[in-house]
Amino acid sequence: MLEIKDLHASINGKEILKGINLTIRDGEVHALMGQNGAGKSTLSNVLVGHPAYEVTKGSIIFNGKDLLEMSPEDRAHEGIFLSFQHPVEIPGVSMVNFMRAAVNEQRKYKGQPALTASEFLKLMREKRAIVELDGKLANRSVNEGFSGGEKKRNEIFQMAMLEPTFAILDETDSGLDVDALRIVAEGFNKLRTPQTSAMVITHYQRLLDYLKPDIVHVLLNGRIVKTGGPDLAQKIESRGFDWIKQEVNG
Amino acid sequence: MNSEKQYIELFEQCGEMIAKHSASAMNTLRAKAFEDFQRLGFPTRKDEAYKYTDVSKSFAPDYGLNLNRLDIPVNPYDAFKCDVPNMSTSLYFMVNDTFYVKEEQRHLPEGVILCSLKEAAEKYSEIVCRHYGKLADTSTDGVVALNTMLAQDGLFLYVPKGSVVDKPIQLVNILRADVNFMVNRRVLIVLEDGAQARLLMCDHAMDKVDFLATQVVEAFVGTGATLDLYELEETTTATHRFSHLYVHQEADSNVLLGGITLHNGLTRNTTHVTLAGRGAHIDLSGMVIADKHQHVDNHTFIDHRVSDCTSSELFKYVLDDSATGAFAGKVLVREGAQRTASEQTNRNLCVTREARMYTQPQLEIYADDVKCSHGATVGQLDENALFYMRQRGISEREARLLLMFAFVGDVVDRIRLDALRDRLHLLVEKRFRGEMGKCQGCTMCK
Repeated sequence: MLEIKDLHASINGKEILKGINLTIRDGEVHALMGQNGAGKSTLSNVLVGHPAYEVTKGSIIFNGKDLLEMSPEDRAHEGIFLSFQHPVEIPGVSMVNFMRAAVNEQRKYKGQPALTASEFLKLMREKRAIVELDGKLANRSVNEGFSGGEKKRNEIFQMAMLEPTFAILDETDSGLDVDALRIVAEGFNKLRTPQTSAMVITHYQRLLDYLKPDIVHVLLNGRIVKTGGPDLAQKIESRGFDWIKQEVNG
Repeated sequence: MNSEKQYIELFEQCGEMIAKHSASAMNTLRAKAFEDFQRLGFPTRKDEAYKYTDVSKSFAPDYGLNLNRLDIPVNPYDAFKCDVPNMSTSLYFMVNDTFYVKEEQRHLPEGVILCSLKEAAEKYSEIVCRHYGKLADTSTDGVVALNTMLAQDGLFLYVPKGSVVDKPIQLVNILRADVNFMVNRRVLIVLEDGAQARLLMCDHAMDKVDFLATQVVEAFVGTGATLDLYELEETTTATHRFSHLYVHQEADSNVLLGGITLHNGLTRNTTHVTLAGRGAHIDLSGMVIADKHQHVDNHTFIDHRVSDCTSSELFKYVLDDSATGAFAGKVLVREGAQRTASEQTNRNLCVTREARMYTQPQLEIYADDVKCSHGATVGQLDENALFYMRQRGISEREARLLLMFAFVGDVVDRIRLDALRDRLHLLVEKRFRGEMGKCQGCTMCK
């Protein structure tokens, strides 16, 4: 599904990613762990084409297509979804208008007719239930006045609406209490199919207990320095990152 | 005094003809206005109030006038389709400065007068004399002086004490001419105590010639009276509009003014509100969407003369391409105007680097027990919001449109006429999509 080769990227001239190699196959969930500043969010931003980041070297192939050649919106149409670490508030743009524009542009890209108003509202109702998102929130402006937990729930709701094949969860667990975490994680699991893959960025084991990653990577200073099974995440939870640093440096 | 010369000569030569085709209530002010105009000339950019608009440049070209009041071969009722349908308005037309009405269209409450100003000045000269020119001071502004000197007709609306005009009144102003043309129009609105009326004035330009339109609106709002006055401009890039709107409010009156510039050439709107009676409230809002080389300058002045009045002002501009916008808003709280509550906000979006916005909020307070705020911002579209939307698959163009649309949404929401508000949301969207080179649904402009 996703093949990243020797990826180098910088922001404001500063190199953050220094040669990432990563392959994610259909249906796999990969966890990406690492300390602040290791490059986790940079990698997710580069994958979705954030204009502030410059790719200086390397390639990303997504389902056989050169991702780096595509606009952010086309990457979304191809099935890539980022659950933002800090979802943006957009005053004055209602959730309904926002999602209708997103869903219909995706349908246009796929050559499908736009949904009628009633079809769309029905879809909104169905998908809202997955993350138990209050109907009142759906009638408000995008993320405006949402609590931290509501914003994250709203991200998964949008994912449900857009049905991506590859989802990136960037610290979706941050700012969530135990109940909200469960709802978000269970919501995500309901959306999974044998074809959907995901990259989960997190500092904590808690989210991974729900999502059960197949593979865990540790990112250090712009490179993946260690890859293992779910047990690697547990080891990091109990021992931190220092032992990995020592391994790398020693 | 170059641009002024042709108008001075015009008045010297045609003063009699102007008066002959007007009414005495309007004629009595001409000599004084002429004197004032000769003394003042056009305001220059050195005048603080006209810093951002070059008036002389607009008035310098040679425009035709219809001082002899020749009939204009057009029947607006047949040719014009309303831009704000389903509003169930009482629809009236003004072609240049000539008021059109079909007899069967008259279904106003008893005592309410809506007619040509010239007709009113003859039939109801006492009411007109008591109000005409009483707010629009010719001695301080050359454009007002010029309008007073040349204007021959316009609209008169009178609502007697306690009378309520339920149906909104829609006046469609159409500029119509075969040569470059100048129009000088007057509107006089008198709402007596407790009266209520809602008026929507739409400005259109029908022909592909240069238009120069001056307009002076005077509105007297009596004790406890309510007036909603909306102005919607959808003219051409070859139209220059100079409008002066004066509102005088008595105690406990409630006035809403909404000015919308959807499409224009050069626009200068001066709004002057006097809160003269305790408990008066003014809600003043403006929305401007401009692109190409369009220019929109709003100059507002709210005078809190007495205590316990409230004013709320919101102006928003979206400037694209090389458009320029200006907003100068002054709120004066006079000595003794205690417990005044006033808020003023001006927020602006410059979509390109070439777009320019000049904003000048001003508060002058001579009372100590007041609650006043003002604020102005000029910014660009939120890049984070744009990217967030693009990540969801919304194209950059569409995302920009959604953000611009959202930006002006709260100004449109201030409109208290549901049908107009809904229609405006649609018109604004069309405007942003570039689908409105001309007005919508208007067969005359096609």
